[in-house]
Amino acid sequence: MIFAMPNLTPALPEIFVLIMVSLILVVDLFLSGKNRFISYALTQFTLLGAAWITVSTSGQDVVHTFNGMFVDDVMADVLKMMTYLAVAAMLVYSRSYIQLRNLFSGEFFVLVLFAMLGMMVMISASHFLTLYLGLELLSLSLYSLVALQRDSAQATEAAMKYFVLGALASGLLLYGMSMIYGATGSLELSKVAAAVQQSAGSRTMLVFGLVFIVAGLAFKLGAVPFHMWVPDVYQGAPTAVTLFIGSAPKIAAFAFVMRLLVEGLQGIAHDWQGMLIIMAVLSMAIGNITAIAQTNIKRMLAYSTISHMGFLLLGILSGSLNGYSGSMFYVLSYVLMSLGTFGMILLLSRKGFEAENIDDFKGLNQRSPWYAFMMLLLMFSMAGVPPTVGFYAKLSVLQAALQAGFVWVVVFAVLMSVIGAFYYLRIVKLMYFDAPEDQSPISSQPDAGVLMSMNGMAVLALGILPQPLMALCAYSIQHSLL
Amino acid sequence: MSFETLVFYFLASILLFAGLRVVTARHPVHAALFLVLSFFTGAGLWLLLEAEFLAITLVLVYIGAVMVLFLFVVMMLNLNIDKMRQGFWDNLPLAAFVGILMAIEMTLVMTVVGRSVVTSPESHAANYSNTKELGRLLYTDYVYPFELAAVILLVAIVAAIAITMRRRPETKHQDPAWQVSVKREDRVRLISMPAEKKGE
Repeated sequence: MIFAMPNLTPALPEIFVLIMVSLILVVDLFLSGKNRFISYALTQFTLLGAAWITVSTSGQDVVHTFNGMFVDDVMADVLKMMTYLAVAAMLVYSRSYIQLRNLFSGEFFVLVLFAMLGMMVMISASHFLTLYLGLELLSLSLYSLVALQRDSAQATEAAMKYFVLGALASGLLLYGMSMIYGATGSLELSKVAAAVQQSAGSRTMLVFGLVFIVAGLAFKLGAVPFHMWVPDVYQGAPTAVTLFIGSAPKIAAFAFVMRLLVEGLQGIAHDWQGMLIIMAVLSMAIGNITAIAQTNIKRMLAYSTISHMGFLLLGILSGSLNGYSGSMFYVLSYVLMSLGTFGMILLLSRKGFEAENIDDFKGLNQRSPWYAFMMLLLMFSMAGVPPTVGFYAKLSVLQAALQAGFVWVVVFAVLMSVIGAFYYLRIVKLMYFDAPEDQSPISSQPDAGVLMSMNGMAVLALGILPQPLMALCAYSIQHSLL
Repeated sequence: MSFETLVFYFLASILLFAGLRVVTARHPVHAALFLVLSFFTGAGLWLLLEAEFLAITLVLVYIGAVMVLFLFVVMMLNLNIDKMRQGFWDNLPLAAFVGILMAIEMTLVMTVVGRSVVTSPESHAANYSNTKELGRLLYTDYVYPFELAAVILLVAIVAAIAITMRRRPETKHQDPAWQVSVKREDRVRLISMPAEKKGE
């Protein structure tokens, strides 16, 4: 029996993060309440270190390790870097919010890092087993983060709903995976792809499994008709956690869809394209139309997320390299916008007050013109108004879908984004043309304020110069898909 | 009849007896003890099938941990058997239906399907250990998912503690250190009172 040590270099970021989480878990035990910032600093240091390791171990080649269970490619590196960035920004935005609500504890940071580890595992998975385990690691950490504010009945209810529906989705996904395993005889994505390509095994069983896999994916993405958990969880969770759920996990979900559908099941792309079209069309319609009726901004943004996921699917279902890189660009820019928007809710909240109603944004221009301008940029970007990044994001996925010949889907998507513009621009109108109801000064931390300015400016800058990011996405898709 | 077959029938008859007693025993503690016996003989049957890892796990996990907990719970609950037995026989028709259906299915699998599809596996050499094989797979080929599963369990521990643990300053608990270091002045207070006058 010869044991060959697996090549650990590609997995160094994951190993580093795991070591640091364990370290923070232990160090935090010995910290008193006023020294808690050490855990916070260690968490940020972990993100920085992981980013450094990811950059220094990155290369053009696709490297497999752990017997084909782990893959390190350009797409994984880019997505991981964006994940670190999103988690770091989330921590900066939510620091004062969680301090005021007694959530500034070691458990919060540890669970956030565990969730991030789950995302990294998903991004680098090339095996059904690791895909699933990464997903569970992410989901379990998210459920408990939502429930962390246990004295809030709303948060507990949201956590319960999230947990039950998430467990159901995991069950669907596993069932689908077992069917695919039965049809192809392998759990490794590359072998599955080869078996599907040679059309070995029963096609009925493959498509049967695919239906369950797509349903499970739709649950995790929050696409219609499996979107019911999104608004309740977004509204019920503490806003800091909502910001977390709404940002980085979307990157992991994108990677998950890419690995499963594109890398594993490209051979039956014709079957999943049809399913994704239905989900994309329904998501854009229900997300955008229902969002109009919302008065709670967290709920409104939840429906807006659903519609954005519809757009994201549009790129993937076009089934071309252009479409995939368009979707990747979409998810990266969506995370940027989502961070800024939820970050703004956190900035406007203070002790005992949550700026979670749309009316709380009334007259923001008079209270703070700069923040109002940032929010204006973010809302324009969400709606897809040039010259913001959201415009190019929508343009790239629509172009890809048009090239693939889905004309009526594209027309429908454009119509829906016009409807969607209504509720984004309503916030702009409230900020600039209504009198403020709330005159209290905005007490934001300087670091969060600076980050907000950078975030808003990034949305504008990437809108004016989208080429570098687009080229990066196209490059990473080209070098990752063989 | 070979020795192996003899051992099989010996264990199987104990297993059947114990299984029957689990259902029929009047006292829940007795039922739980018979369940322990049936698990143990079941483990013996697995050993005959060369699945020693499963046998060991069954003894360690089910008998060592699960059933001990189970016995504790049964002993602590004050169960009223007669009340639970009321209406027990009302379920007979459905139970009989389910039982007969299962028996038919099993016979079908054994006779029709089983003969054609299932062949008995080759027996391994005497020094073959499937515990070792499982361990080798788990710690080499599957080490990455194995570690991930460990991390998921760690998350479960952290989350369970974070969600349920409350520090309540108002709860009353004993602190031995304080109890030992108590001083006389903390407990006894001497006060001088004027002596009462005897009734006149």
